[in-house]
Amino acid sequence: MVFNPTPKQFKALKLVIFVLALLPFLRMVWLTAQGVPVDPVEFLTHGSGDWALYLLCATLAVTPLRRLTGWNWLVRLRRMIGLYTFFYAFMHFTTFLWFDHFFDVAAMWKDVLKRPFITVGFAAFVLLIPLAATSTTAMIKRLGRNWARLHKLIYLIAPLAILHYWWMKAGKHNFEQPIVWGSVVAVLLLLRVWWSVGRPAIRTEKRPAPASVRS
Amino acid sequence: MLIRKNPNGIDLPFPSEITPREVYEGRRAFLAKVAATAVAGSSLWEMANREAFAQGTVQKLPATRNPAFSTNEKQTPFEDATHYNNFYEFGTDKADPAANAHTLRTRPWTVQIEGEVKKPMTLDLDRLVKLAPLEERIYRLRCVEGWSMVIPWVGYSLASLIRQVEPTGNAKYVEFTSLADRSQMPGVRSRVLDWPYIEGLRMDEAMHPLALLTVGMYGQVLPNQNGAPVRIVVPWKYGFKSAKSIVKIRFVRDQPRTAWNGIAPDEYGFYSNVNPNVDHPRWSQASERRIGEGGLFTPKRKTLMFNGYNEVASLYTGMDLKKNF
Repeated sequence: MVFNPTPKQFKALKLVIFVLALLPFLRMVWLTAQGVPVDPVEFLTHGSGDWALYLLCATLAVTPLRRLTGWNWLVRLRRMIGLYTFFYAFMHFTTFLWFDHFFDVAAMWKDVLKRPFITVGFAAFVLLIPLAATSTTAMIKRLGRNWARLHKLIYLIAPLAILHYWWMKAGKHNFEQPIVWGSVVAVLLLLRVWWSVGRPAIRTEKRPAPASVRS
Repeated sequence: MLIRKNPNGIDLPFPSEITPREVYEGRRAFLAKVAATAVAGSSLWEMANREAFAQGTVQKLPATRNPAFSTNEKQTPFEDATHYNNFYEFGTDKADPAANAHTLRTRPWTVQIEGEVKKPMTLDLDRLVKLAPLEERIYRLRCVEGWSMVIPWVGYSLASLIRQVEPTGNAKYVEFTSLADRSQMPGVRSRVLDWPYIEGLRMDEAMHPLALLTVGMYGQVLPNQNGAPVRIVVPWKYGFKSAKSIVKIRFVRDQPRTAWNGIAPDEYGFYSNVNPNVDHPRWSQASERRIGEGGLFTPKRKTLMFNGYNEVASLYTGMDLKKNF
């Protein structure tokens, strides 16, 4: 039988995830305020970037998980996780602009244009903005079919984010983490390709679930 | 001595940690002997090590400050300088060396000196340390990643060692090899770099009095994570040029294939002199964050040519430092 939380259970689960996703931020702020990290700028830049990536992967995992488990209610958590992705990406960018460049926008632009790894990271962040801005129910209604089209941008953003991470780590020849997270993103995206090419798309709840889900 | 809190909350050493009377009386006799003889740098070294052996703690290493080679800038806190390190043999995270380097065995330790020299030799640590009087020099350290520290090192000019082995006319470069032992260095299992770590200097660079053969910092024997027991410090170059935990010094005709230059020649030049005008492909080198100086809101400082050591400029007269970065 497919697990289906009661409204009360769902609300509790959502709250738990909300708090869990906020914890890394609170931890970073707390430790920095205590003066624990030797290099706070590096600490905040890496921490926020890592968490933006983890949450991006979590957002992308919702649809495959839903398909594999039949837990359709997962999709109702996706907006929150997606917005957290933006939140950490925003923190990542802000750390760069504020504590690395001290709001010297000219110097920031120079960095963005001159260094490919920053260029793609910046592009990924900018592309996230319209997704975050159209995440309200009103906007979803207003945009109709175009909303789904617009939000397909995430399929571009995710590889850009991986490329950003990859090129950043290339400076130290340290590809262990980019390989891990690049593989995660690749699997999550390839599953979609596989499903859209070879198998029928997700059924609406009225129709019977695909055989693989029922078994 | 490691002091643990007992359950009552009172700081008391464990009985096993209290030094037995015979031992400390023996140490007093030893100290008296040292005091009776002329207290030269070498005997201080022995004293430091014996004392450390007896106590198993901080190994003091006194040395006379050389003001001519010292900055009076504010020193980086010892805690930061020993817990924020790039020493990939112990892991790629900057907190890894402090966490993992306790497995490094710094004794016995020998340094093999060979190649284009008239007097090749293998020196054990005690002999190496006694070759010249120990000095304290407070140097700026600029990492290629864009941060910097100010560290009081203990050692002597590398040139003093080089003169002992009498390089031949064929010696154009000096190559330093760091230890690469999987059983002591967990990071050596990773393939981030080709092990062992090799660094190198041109002969005239190695002979410059600023190039320091280093055995201590902050008045004590080098902590493992900072490149114990012997490393070099070349303050006008990015930090990675200063090889740590050296086991071999080789004098060669051709420019050595050094670790970072070997795997990413576009990003890390052989010379790697600190140069605010030549950016790293991934970031600007025009400024730096001084570790331990303020915090998040402290503006970065301007990076100085040759890290402020202009006395080395003559080594590079006529060289295009943009090309030979």
